[in-house]
Amino acid sequence: MSIPCIEYSDITKSYGDKTILDGLSLRITANITTAIVGASGSGKSTLMQIANGLIIPERGQVSVFGSSITTENITDKRLAIGYSVQGAGLFPHMSVYENITLIARLQRWTEKDTEVRFHTLMQLLELDLELRDRYPFSLSGGQQQRVSLCRAMMLNPPLLLLDEPFSALDPVTRDSIHREFLKLQHAETRSMVLVTHDMFEAIKLAQEIIVMCDGRIEQQGSVAEIQNNPASDYVQALFQAGGQ
Amino acid sequence: MKACISNPLVQAMLRILLMSLCLIANNSMAQAGDEPLSITVGSKNFNENYLLAEVISQLFEHAGYEVDRKFGMTGTLIIYEALRTKEVDVYVEYTGTLGQVILNYDGEPSLENLNAQLTGEGVEILPSFGFNNTYALAIKREYAEELGITTVSELVTQADIEMGFSIEFLNRADGWPGLVSAYGFSQQPTGMDHGLAYQAIDDGNIDVTDAYSTDGDIDRYDLQLLEDDLGFFPRYFGAPLINAELPVDARNIIDRLTGRIDDARMRDLNGRVMLDGKSFAEVAGEFLAEEGLVALSDNTSATATSMWSRLWHNTLIHVQLTLIALFLGCAVGLPLGVVIYRSRRLSRSMLYIAGLLQTVPSIALLALMIPLFGIGQTPAIIALFMYSLLPILRSTITALLTIDPVLKRVAEALGMTRTQQLVHVLLPLALPNVLTGVKTAAIISIGTATLAAFIGAGGLGEPIVTGLALNDTSLILQGAIPAAGLAILTELLFDVLERSLVKPHMLVGQLPT
Repeated sequence: MSIPCIEYSDITKSYGDKTILDGLSLRITANITTAIVGASGSGKSTLMQIANGLIIPERGQVSVFGSSITTENITDKRLAIGYSVQGAGLFPHMSVYENITLIARLQRWTEKDTEVRFHTLMQLLELDLELRDRYPFSLSGGQQQRVSLCRAMMLNPPLLLLDEPFSALDPVTRDSIHREFLKLQHAETRSMVLVTHDMFEAIKLAQEIIVMCDGRIEQQGSVAEIQNNPASDYVQALFQAGGQ
Repeated sequence: MKACISNPLVQAMLRILLMSLCLIANNSMAQAGDEPLSITVGSKNFNENYLLAEVISQLFEHAGYEVDRKFGMTGTLIIYEALRTKEVDVYVEYTGTLGQVILNYDGEPSLENLNAQLTGEGVEILPSFGFNNTYALAIKREYAEELGITTVSELVTQADIEMGFSIEFLNRADGWPGLVSAYGFSQQPTGMDHGLAYQAIDDGNIDVTDAYSTDGDIDRYDLQLLEDDLGFFPRYFGAPLINAELPVDARNIIDRLTGRIDDARMRDLNGRVMLDGKSFAEVAGEFLAEEGLVALSDNTSATATSMWSRLWHNTLIHVQLTLIALFLGCAVGLPLGVVIYRSRRLSRSMLYIAGLLQTVPSIALLALMIPLFGIGQTPAIIALFMYSLLPILRSTITALLTIDPVLKRVAEALGMTRTQQLVHVLLPLALPNVLTGVKTAAIISIGTATLAAFIGAGGLGEPIVTGLALNDTSLILQGAIPAAGLAILTELLFDVLERSLVKPHMLVGQLPT
């Protein structure tokens, strides 16, 4: 197996009495898109947020690109990890341009570099440049999600974490954003982790799939393996649920 | 942030703030330095004391002094404290009050006795004006002549006489109970409101009532005061109480009033205010002219112009008090809120403390400030600051806590440092709510600052307090209308400020357009 982009070892995390992850270990392959699929409450979102230090596990280690996350390096690590969430999470007081370029400007990028990268991303996600000075409240759900993806990719991070980014969109919008996502995979090589409850979205967008159930890993493998040999009734059920 | 400071409106506000800070600094320097021709005259909050303070003020003005009038202070201890701390140079005190309330002196103190006790305090009492404002028993003059009595002793023998006394007089040791044991009265008096007693005696419902010996009403109802032949009532000679460091020139000016006002004269002057409806300034001017101390014409014009200048002066002081308190409230409340909002326990306990401060009645909080900070603007500003803290702190904490957790998570995940998160995401998102809190604090301060006049801080409360004490509606309005105007202006200013600092779609309670 090649170098993993994220490696979890013996991770335990609980909220109150409820244990979400119990001694979980996992390697996520670099430079491809990996989908983490599971029902809500399966621990998939917690697992993702441990990778960029938003959630600190009680026990265990997580390393990103070979080095573990500590309180000292957390900010630098995060600059190398893009993050986009369901509902876009755009800052309402900033325009499209300000949202997307905020982190680059804070990193003191030159105006020119910032401008160039902004244009590239807007084009990549087929966003009209006229939206530049608009505020999030005046954008459609699909536009907001695209802006959120642009923001996550502004620094061209080697790793992108996507927490159900397409779940709240209507089917037509989701379809078109899916197409841009695939285009993105070809345009810029990077490791991407996509958390979703939709098995069909996982099959469509990812190369590898991790199925989670009650804080355990039910099955891990390539899209073909999961499709052809579902390891359990639970995995099987995810196909049916997604198909409905 | 840079955008905030370059905003012309914000610049203007900063400038106003700086200007008022300078003003305060100037004021305190003027007080600290030896400004030879300025004097601060204080008064308690009842008619006679206002009138005498006004007489002293005009006399000083005529001698070329600049007079700062700190009138209408509530309570002997407050004004005495003001004198002791040199915030007031002179006010009129009564020997009995000074002996009993301040010095806990038993019996009848002489001027020398009083001054011997006062030396350590940096305070000195000057010779009396002449009148003795004490309790007295009043009877209709005709009736007294008919009965042929002139003294209290002679009244004791009149078995079928009807007496009606104020409730206070009936209960005070130096009132009816003491009078009974001193003179041996056996009659049963009835209790009634002091204001109604004169009318009752005029209508013939009662024959005798308690009175203050310098009440203007005594002449109006043609009453006779019975001589206290056993010397039961303590004597309350009106006399100037001064800052012991007052220079000789100033003492000489006050001294010109010594012995010029006897009981009858004081009754007459009080009556001109209470019964003829003249202003203190008018009556004081008349008195000084009658005594040949000042020419009459000088004063009427002075008072006419001084109404507007005093109004402006009061408003300026009021704005100053409010702005400084608000500035301090923001300087403490905003950073404190930012520091503690993450800790539930700390936020709770700080809000609890701030809330507790809020429940202390304003007047009590102001009074509590006196032993700590004396009187005047400092304690008033501290009290106003304490009141402004809760709305500012609460709005800051609430605003930061109610920010969408997803946005906080995203800001963190993007790789922003704590400071960057605060400056670029948390504070701008909290701003509309914080502004609302600051606005509330500002309006509360403007309202509460009117009470600051009770402890001699001046401002728009001064005419209100005076007006209340004298039942003078027009005076009350001179304070109340500008105060209401200030509150409205503040509301408008904050609207403008909000609009220039916050994007329209981020405004609280407004739909995006």
